[in-house]
Amino acid sequence: MRTYPDNPQKAYYFGTCLVDMFYPGAGMAGIKLLQQNGVKVIFPSQQTCCGQPAYNSGFPDEARTVARKQMELFYKDYPIVVPSGSCAGMMRHHYPKLLANDPRIDQVIHFSERIFELSEFLVHALNIRLEDQGLPIKVAWHSSCHALREMGVTEDSKSLIRQLKNVELVELQRESDCCGFGGTFAVKQPAISAAMVKDKADDIGQTGAERLITGDCGCLMNISGAMQYANSSIKGQHLAEFIWERVNGQS
Amino acid sequence: MANHKPLDFENNVSRALKDTQLIKNIQSAMDTLVLKRKNIFADPAETEQLRALGNATKSQALGKLPALLERLEKKCTDNGIQVHWAETIPEANQLVLDIMKSHGATRLVKGKSMVSEEMELNAYLQKHGIEALETDLGEFIIQLNHETPAHIIVPAIHKNRDQISKIFHDNIPDAPYTENVDELNAIARKTLRQKFQKADVGLSGVNFAVAETGTLCLVENEGNGRMCTTVPGVHIALMGLEKVVEKLEDLPPMLRLLIGSATGQLITTYVNMITSPRKPGEKDGPREVHLIILDNGRSKIYADAQRRQTLYCIRCGTCLSHCPVYNRIGGHAYGYIYPGPIGKILNPQVEGLEAAGVLATASSLCNACEAVCPVKIPIPDLIRRIRNESYSKDPTSTVEGHGYKSNWIESLAWKIWAFVNTHPLVNAAGIKVLSALGQKLPEVGPLKHWTRYRKAPEFAPRSLHELVKQNGVDHE
Repeated sequence: MRTYPDNPQKAYYFGTCLVDMFYPGAGMAGIKLLQQNGVKVIFPSQQTCCGQPAYNSGFPDEARTVARKQMELFYKDYPIVVPSGSCAGMMRHHYPKLLANDPRIDQVIHFSERIFELSEFLVHALNIRLEDQGLPIKVAWHSSCHALREMGVTEDSKSLIRQLKNVELVELQRESDCCGFGGTFAVKQPAISAAMVKDKADDIGQTGAERLITGDCGCLMNISGAMQYANSSIKGQHLAEFIWERVNGQS
Repeated sequence: MANHKPLDFENNVSRALKDTQLIKNIQSAMDTLVLKRKNIFADPAETEQLRALGNATKSQALGKLPALLERLEKKCTDNGIQVHWAETIPEANQLVLDIMKSHGATRLVKGKSMVSEEMELNAYLQKHGIEALETDLGEFIIQLNHETPAHIIVPAIHKNRDQISKIFHDNIPDAPYTENVDELNAIARKTLRQKFQKADVGLSGVNFAVAETGTLCLVENEGNGRMCTTVPGVHIALMGLEKVVEKLEDLPPMLRLLIGSATGQLITTYVNMITSPRKPGEKDGPREVHLIILDNGRSKIYADAQRRQTLYCIRCGTCLSHCPVYNRIGGHAYGYIYPGPIGKILNPQVEGLEAAGVLATASSLCNACEAVCPVKIPIPDLIRRIRNESYSKDPTSTVEGHGYKSNWIESLAWKIWAFVNTHPLVNAAGIKVLSALGQKLPEVGPLKHWTRYRKAPEFAPRSLHELVKQNGVDHE
């Protein structure tokens, strides 16, 4: 069991590159949830990407350059909250390997220990209580592989959804199966990736859910893209944005 | 494998994806294996401890591999087992042939051995006028159908009952057509029984070789392995050099891990511990036992500390069963005897990157394999390593074919990516341009592959950086 900061006053926020470009509303919702629960959020304005795309594609030197830059920007001893299990996994579990030969490896490890995925931070550090204001809705939850197997935060995310009294959470039959995103995998092996995302979309379809909720924008982009392509009426949404709308009404 | 032809992976994949019967057979069988494994390793904390022990056992054994192999050879020799070393596949095949010839033998019965598949031993022996018959039921089925195994543990898993009925009827003389499983088993049993009685030599693999006692341990469920190693007058055992463990007491946890991961059983029906040929006064057992220890690229992998972890593999096949990619393309699409996640890291290192490097692209890095591996091989990290080696021009690299994919376009693209992501102003300007273009990006390159199956994502009109500024979030 990892330990969480007790009653943190301040937290850094690492928005991630996909949120920045495609889902800024989700990123903003995460910030507002933290603020609403008494945390002063610091957003270093020069932040970009965690480096995972290069790291996974066979370009560790480029990944290192980008990783070092982020570490410089988040230098103060605050927890760092990330609205993505995958990017959080990269910064928490892979930075120490990627930068193993760094003379300042102690600092790398200390940085990694400050990384928290948004759900786990809301649940364990803030002990958040959610008052649902929304209309009844049925949703399905998709866990990213890295939220599930690297960060181990899937139960935290689902516990947040379960706090919402008008939301019915339906389980996927094959919840732990990868959706087929995998970063550049989706374009390097497009046919295999397509078979995987089709199965995921079908699994979501059979639940009868109106909306798909996930904590990772890579999966969201992949699954929503496939569902839209198949003219499905199910919409995908990031967990942070969904929760924000449920407790505050749509803005 | 002797075959160094570059793999046409793309073609293999597209053929497999279209074979709905194949994928249905594979997926339903894999679901069963996954469930059985889950039930046998029901306690997560205990399983984690056991896997850590498995990892430590392999790590320690490989840490002193040369010494353990010497000890194994000495112990076996003292016990009367003749030990042979083969650096390459042709050498190993030659050794088997020489042993057969020295006995004037023409009939070989085989228990399941992945190393023999690696050697393509059956084809080799056939060329030299020797009949090599697979006696493991799954291997027997695919041998009849002239196929290679589709899975390390369950080689004929891609075939359903109807298909097997037809294979038997078409290939076994006088076999009636039947879809009854008991009758099919009886046909196989009758056919094989005659072969066991007439065989000159029996061949098997080795699951673990124990250095301190010179014991060859072999697990199986059908009894055919015991027949192959006890009925014929000569027994030849084949092993990869990584299969050695130090002590007899290493076996119980390793067997628990192997068997639980492979078939979801607590123990197999047969556990064979072979320590010597028939001794004077004993009534059964082979009069000669040979152990052939094969390298075939393993020592090259061994020399690199990170890559060495590839050799921890105990061939349980559970990474295949849990792999979302294997589940959608089956085993044959990988083009090598070892498919699935372990194949993605093993084949490129053994065959060279030019031949098999493409396999490392067939992973979404979902970590399902790593999460279940009984000896905790960090398969995703090793896939990243292979991907990196594929582009690496580092002259000190020991990976055959390193840098084969190196090209200025991709190198430049990642250099630009790193530049943009370390220069926030450039990054912000870039995102502004992209959001202005919105959906109007030309569908070329990676985007073209994306939109063949999905709607393209839309760039938001305002980035998070802009929203944050607008909302007055502190940036210290």
